[in-house]
Amino acid sequence: MSWMDIVSLLRIALHAMVPITLTAVGEIVGQTAGLFNIGLEGILLISAFAGALAAEAGGPWLGFLVGAGVGIMIGLTFGVMATYWKGTQMVIGTGINLFAMGLVAFGLIQLGAPGFHAVPREVQLAKWRTPMGAMSPMILVALVAPFIVHWFIKRTRAGLMLKATGETPEAADVAGINVNMTRLLAATFGGMLAGVAGAYMSIAWIGSVTKDLSAGRGFIALATVVFSGLNPLLALLGGFIFGFFQGLAEWVKTLPSKPIPFQFVSMLPYIVTLLVVSGVIGRVRFPKAQGEPYKRE
Amino acid sequence: MTENPVRESRLLRGVHRTVTGLHPALESLVAAIVGLLIGALLMYIWGFDPWKAYWALLRGAYGGSYEWASSLARGTPLILTALTFAICVRAGMFNIGAEGQTMIGAMAAVCVALFAAPTGLHLVIGLVFAAVAGALWSVVPAVLRVTRGVSEVISTIMFNWIGRWLALYLAIYVIVDPMRAEKTLTVPVTARFPILVRGTDLSASIFVAVGVALLVYFLLWHTTMGYEVRAAGLNPTAARYGGIRNKRTMIISFLLGGAAAGLAGATMAMGLPPSYAIFGGGGLPELTNLGFDGMAVAMVGRNHPIGILMAAVFFGGLNAGGRVMQFYGSNPVPLEMIRVVMGAIVLALAIPELIRLFPAIKRQGERLFAVLRRRRETRSKEGEA
Repeated sequence: MSWMDIVSLLRIALHAMVPITLTAVGEIVGQTAGLFNIGLEGILLISAFAGALAAEAGGPWLGFLVGAGVGIMIGLTFGVMATYWKGTQMVIGTGINLFAMGLVAFGLIQLGAPGFHAVPREVQLAKWRTPMGAMSPMILVALVAPFIVHWFIKRTRAGLMLKATGETPEAADVAGINVNMTRLLAATFGGMLAGVAGAYMSIAWIGSVTKDLSAGRGFIALATVVFSGLNPLLALLGGFIFGFFQGLAEWVKTLPSKPIPFQFVSMLPYIVTLLVVSGVIGRVRFPKAQGEPYKRE
Repeated sequence: MTENPVRESRLLRGVHRTVTGLHPALESLVAAIVGLLIGALLMYIWGFDPWKAYWALLRGAYGGSYEWASSLARGTPLILTALTFAICVRAGMFNIGAEGQTMIGAMAAVCVALFAAPTGLHLVIGLVFAAVAGALWSVVPAVLRVTRGVSEVISTIMFNWIGRWLALYLAIYVIVDPMRAEKTLTVPVTARFPILVRGTDLSASIFVAVGVALLVYFLLWHTTMGYEVRAAGLNPTAARYGGIRNKRTMIISFLLGGAAAGLAGATMAMGLPPSYAIFGGGGLPELTNLGFDGMAVAMVGRNHPIGILMAAVFFGGLNAGGRVMQFYGSNPVPLEMIRVVMGAIVLALAIPELIRLFPAIKRQGERLFAVLRRRRETRSKEGEA
């Protein structure tokens, strides 16, 4: 393994880190407020598809805008159903995932090519030339976002309100915090970050949309949240670990000698996710009121 | 103890509530209608004619005996994967691993092509293979859950992907048809389910699915073990004080669910004419999404085996009708629309007060109507004056 190999491996790992970290950071905000969204996978899929369409219509930034907008819409739907309508969060998330799988497969057929849609290179987000090779600017966003969210949750009044709605919504309600609105905003923010992550996958990284573009990344992001114990900085680390093994799998696949069949290499990120999560699980503590719609007595 | 049963049970409380709702069947029906309406809206937005499409779907699903047979055939594996989900919900877990367990089960069932055996016995061997393989594929998530407290939402999804790649590897390199590289070995005649209705793909595998559903009903509601599973699912802390070994009930329900999902794979490999094989070339198209569709079936069926049987007829009809719908008319609607409808149905099911929303809307409407009428009356009075 030469120096160049290590650099290219790191580059792939950093690119693979972006969607997982962004999604996980958004989900940390939601889980801090007491929401458990397993529909992240669906948000990634739909926003990747919508972002790709928008990028083809008006350039990569419009693509990101539309991706974030779609994420906000789905996050808002999840939030309204999980708070005001007292819906069951696990069921809503499942519904979002099913809906997304159907909608994206349906949309791909409408575009003419069943199962695959390539995003033209001109409308993809340009990469920066660095000494390490071409890097997407979104890597910077993924590196900065956890710090901002960490500062927000730990150091601001609004962050404390967020935590209160997740821990003891009754007390938060007595203190004059609008529990449902706080949760709704948290879900919307989480949806937005997942939407950006989805758009990144189609228009800045992979460059195509397929039925299984998200490939379990929404759930790997959930695993990252568990790994991080709701600390956004650890989510950055977790995202890098999972990204690294995805990068490793991609890198092994490109080796000319093909030491292992690629089906086994493709399992690697999922196996590592399982191992990491089962290694850290004991010390993690989640908000007390997580998963429960708040009802005023 | 590392697991946090209280948190897990809270996450699932709502799933239980959808189980024990006031009018479960009515709620499912309303959710199905809402889901179909959302599907119609989307079709309209995309420029299709929803009523024509639904008419084609309805005739394709329940229009005659051929259509009924085809709907039941589509529903057969869904019954089994729905049971996987339902058993674990009853035990207080959210097992979404049916997808991977079905694929592994199907590969195990195809392995019967490697040896010869008398008719009947061969079939039973294949079923046992598939059930054991499916159960084995659920062992690790179950053990991780009870020993390390790893959420089964994460572990089963990871096992779905690992299982998918393993099944693809097996289908492409190990049990591949030497003549046609895109599919696995063909299941021999001695191990096939007999066809029930000539010319359709409804085979005797439906008896296996219905039999397992009835068995699960008996196990969960008429045995001590089932009582313990359900008690642990409703309130793990109380069940522990009552002397129920929660970890045992969790593992039992996981294994039972895995076996059901494995059997779903067997029905696809051994009971689906004309190929009687699994196509690895296109990425296992027949097996993909069986597990997830099963979750929708389980939720509409209120996680009760009898409800699942009825829901499977509905979802099997959607699938079979969707296949007709995608070739109907000048502007046919793609089959994928069906999964959009399924997602919308599940979303509608998630709202516990959906039925109660309707009276509220009606009340609002009546109020609005009253205001309008009063205004018209005052206006007519003014006219008189």
